[in-house]
Amino acid sequence: MQIKEIFSSMDYGPAPESADMAHDWLDGHGRKFGHFIDGAFTKPGKIFASTNPATEEKLADITNGTKADVDRAVKAAREAFEPWKALSGFERAKYLYAIARLIQKESRLFAVLETLDNGKPIRESRDADIPLAIRHFYHHAGWAQHLEREFPGREPYGVCGQIIPWNFPLLMMSWKIAPALAAGNTLVLKPAEFTSLTALLFAEICAKAGLPEGVVNIVTGAGETGAALVEHKGVDKIAFTGSTEVGKIIRKATAGTGKGLSLELGGKSPYIVFEDADMDSAIEGLVDAIWFNQGQVCCAGSRLLVHESIEKRFIEKLKTRMDNLRVGDPLDKAIDIGALIDPVQLGRISDLLAIGEKEGCSRYEGGANLPNQGCFMKPTLITDVSPAHTLVSEEIFGPVLVAMSFRDHNEAVELANNTKYGLAATIWSENINLALDIAPRIKAGVVWINCTNQLDAAVGFGGYKESGFGREGGAEGMVAYLKPAFEKALKPTPASPAAKSVDLRDTHAVDRTAKMYIGGKQTRGDSGYAREVFAPGGNSLGEVSEGNRKDIRNAVEAARKALGWGSKTAHLRAQILYFLAENLDYRGSEFADRIRSMTGATGPAAKREVELCVERLFAFAGWADKYDGAVHNVPMRAIATAMVEPIGVIAIAAPDESPLLASIAMLAPAIAMGNSVVLVPSEKHPLSMTDFYQVIETSDVPAGVVNIVTGDRFSLSKTLAEHDGVDAMWFAGSAKGAEMVEKASIGNLKQTWTTRGRAFDWADKDIMEGKYFLERATQVKNIWIPYGA
Amino acid sequence: MKLQAVKDMEPAGAHERNPGFELDLDWVDRCVMNRSALERRAATIGTRRTVKKQWQAAWLLKAITLIDLTTLNSDDTPGRVQRLCAKARQPVRGDILEALGAQNLSIKPGAVCVYHNFVETAVEALEGTNIPVAAVSTAFPHGLIPLELRVAQIEASVKAGAKEIDIVIERGQVLRGDWQGLYEQIKAFRAACGEAHMKTILGTGELATLSNVAKASLVCMLAGADFIKTSTGKEKVNANLQTSLAMVRMIRWFRDETGIEIGYKPAGGISSAKDALTYMALMKEELGNNWLRPHLFRFGASSLLTDIERQLEHQATGRYAAAYRQPMV
Repeated sequence: MQIKEIFSSMDYGPAPESADMAHDWLDGHGRKFGHFIDGAFTKPGKIFASTNPATEEKLADITNGTKADVDRAVKAAREAFEPWKALSGFERAKYLYAIARLIQKESRLFAVLETLDNGKPIRESRDADIPLAIRHFYHHAGWAQHLEREFPGREPYGVCGQIIPWNFPLLMMSWKIAPALAAGNTLVLKPAEFTSLTALLFAEICAKAGLPEGVVNIVTGAGETGAALVEHKGVDKIAFTGSTEVGKIIRKATAGTGKGLSLELGGKSPYIVFEDADMDSAIEGLVDAIWFNQGQVCCAGSRLLVHESIEKRFIEKLKTRMDNLRVGDPLDKAIDIGALIDPVQLGRISDLLAIGEKEGCSRYEGGANLPNQGCFMKPTLITDVSPAHTLVSEEIFGPVLVAMSFRDHNEAVELANNTKYGLAATIWSENINLALDIAPRIKAGVVWINCTNQLDAAVGFGGYKESGFGREGGAEGMVAYLKPAFEKALKPTPASPAAKSVDLRDTHAVDRTAKMYIGGKQTRGDSGYAREVFAPGGNSLGEVSEGNRKDIRNAVEAARKALGWGSKTAHLRAQILYFLAENLDYRGSEFADRIRSMTGATGPAAKREVELCVERLFAFAGWADKYDGAVHNVPMRAIATAMVEPIGVIAIAAPDESPLLASIAMLAPAIAMGNSVVLVPSEKHPLSMTDFYQVIETSDVPAGVVNIVTGDRFSLSKTLAEHDGVDAMWFAGSAKGAEMVEKASIGNLKQTWTTRGRAFDWADKDIMEGKYFLERATQVKNIWIPYGA
Repeated sequence: MKLQAVKDMEPAGAHERNPGFELDLDWVDRCVMNRSALERRAATIGTRRTVKKQWQAAWLLKAITLIDLTTLNSDDTPGRVQRLCAKARQPVRGDILEALGAQNLSIKPGAVCVYHNFVETAVEALEGTNIPVAAVSTAFPHGLIPLELRVAQIEASVKAGAKEIDIVIERGQVLRGDWQGLYEQIKAFRAACGEAHMKTILGTGELATLSNVAKASLVCMLAGADFIKTSTGKEKVNANLQTSLAMVRMIRWFRDETGIEIGYKPAGGISSAKDALTYMALMKEELGNNWLRPHLFRFGASSLLTDIERQLEHQATGRYAAAYRQPMV
């Protein structure tokens, strides 16, 4: 091309970054890699090819990890654990700092290698992936040093199994490894089979940093390797980022094992533009939201919701902007959209688009020219869609935006929340009142106001609903790699004498049965049956309703209707908890008598249990307005505020021991934080809690905030655990029951907490009046608010 | 309206001049600019787009045609202005142009920009070149003298031979939200300009917010501006990319609503070839190739030319060049 021709056309020319150093590195390894186990690379085993999706050329052979490989890696991590944990925080901080520095020194190699392997534009790997990964290690060096000070009473899990996706290979790896190491864990990480190269380069960095052998182990491979890691008995915690589908499989596989679990899964995040927004900036934001990394981003703003009053103009402007996006060679420094990860992904997206077409959606493609070969796709906009369309409900994971309109802000919120996912959301408005009204109402772990896809190591990232649980980044993320230290001392629950066989009888004749409590009303069970409650000696104490599926359905419905409780002021919730305490105290001797009669406890012990309940209600009344969020320090002119929000509807299955106290111990933190509750009281000794609804009735608790369903705990818990309207389930009971609950929870990936047959000391004030349940009753939403006049 | 990249440059003659429109205060009200978002976009223009090798050379040659070669100093003399004009006649050394195969591209700056007192000197020095002379009028750089004197100054500059008039707005009118007053003044200036093209300098560094910059841009365009320009070069903050985005997006909106294309001129502080390329990428991305032509885009600069010439020499010879070897501006 001649200068005078360019002078006339004023086109951009090619501006390729050299890939030489990455190829040199690959050549240096003979383009064949084993695993990194116990501080050294293993001999390559059974291999598969890693290719460059932009050119379809093979880059290297990667070893497909076997069960034996995983076993060796876990063993190495196990051996390395105690010495690593025993290091001082400062020692661990120095290693993390060294890793950060070493990645920084090799940042160009990392960036080029990432782009070759993944197909993402070099601009993104250079300006986003690698710097953010480095920042993550720097940030967590600090947490390593301040660990004991900032996280008292917690300890590392041990060996963490970590499985990461292909969309941000090095970055996702850093999100996993940095906090795990800072917290004192050792780990085995499996990169995605499409993108193992930067993880292997990272392994070299670990060796160079002098990291003790076995602390970080990298085992490459595909799904089966990952499954072997998840199922390995020597792994104490699994951290997974990837699809919701696989997340559910992992939840099921780990059910009942007691392994820690954090899941960062899919999304279909809303991108809401109000009529008073800076429209051009909102459009530029969309470029970052859905065309960043070819749209292969779990938190991609893939669902555009635009105010109907500006819809036409906005869509026109958007199409113009799409025409200017440049698709092509990812190594070219002036490319906006690179290659998709693999032809499989392109095929998946095409199939979805074909369904969209069949359903009558309109499709617009940006005007870019595509290269003749490689896995490329034009930026795509789908209009004429509504929530009923497949393209709106399914995560596409590609450069495809679906656009809908809304009439007013309430409809915007409804549409935004009309999804099984809850990872992120974006709001554009120049009106701070409007933006800050909407942000808390969207069920998502991250909300960006007038910006999008902002990520930082100091800010927790993670989802609500089927987008997973657990956070990565900041203090919230550290907690995901630490477990409460007291739990290891818990003994199994002592076996209690077998319950007398339950005699179900029809109560329609003469009703002497304690009712259930649903939606603020005492209600008779749907079945009409009752179950008898016995004293320790075997005498009948009375009857409770035999709750069934329909009672659970009604209770959950009532609890969902009462979710407004969460947006009441914390002060008001505190007042009501104090009032509950006051009213319980007033009837203290009556409740103590009931406990005695049910459990055979001594007078002082029963009295003590009631007193502890009063104290517990006080404790959480006190917490209601104090367990709050934070403002994080982010490297931009913005407030990033971590807001503590209730989870929603929490189902609680209480144990037989301490029949009043155990229920109150869980109920109080749940409602103090603004959740509504469906509680299944002790199966054997339910009468304290059926008595308690009279206290609830006299204490101004809004209808539906607390619902009590009596009956067979196992079957009621199963119905609750399977119920998609339940957001979390706490199950105090046997290991078998825990496994059942965890397995049944995968329908909507509700968060679970189970005792797994361990005897918790409900009277232990240190633990039970503290943050243990508060953490489980809440989730953190991070809201990014950039500012500037 | 669909933004289409113009593949081949059309002659500027087809350009329809801004006839001016009624002041629409509702429209002015709707102009909002989110500073943080503009800063983020501004920060990535230079990282999303780059030109290398012969593309860079061609773009830099184009950049020269977009320069208003400027001297606006209190110590200017006829000799200084004449030297500037001589450089305008021959902005790049002939041997460099030849090495680049660009000798026939007619590379010359968009205009020479001087104080009123030097208009005649410049016109004379540029005779036969078709390079227009631009004069800064209306009590540059502050604009704080009686309106009739400012109008008279424009008329005098036009009479002296200026083909382009860079006027300054009263920043206080923007800060007080006196859009009507601003509109009336600009309209009066435009009438005084007659055939000469009018560039309105907003003094963006003194307008406090980017929303104010957007509103002032719109009012000036409605009042008949041919160009909107950032700065006098005398404010504490001169041209930058985020302010440019605010103004350029208003030009785009104005074009969408009226069909009239308004020019843009960032001025002050643009002194490196790399900066110039980033600004050009901004224009191409936000408005399209049409705004890479001198009738719609100018840089207000002087030292920029030397840096561009240095880069061109490097391109031509493969050796890094030194400023002292380029004929000084």
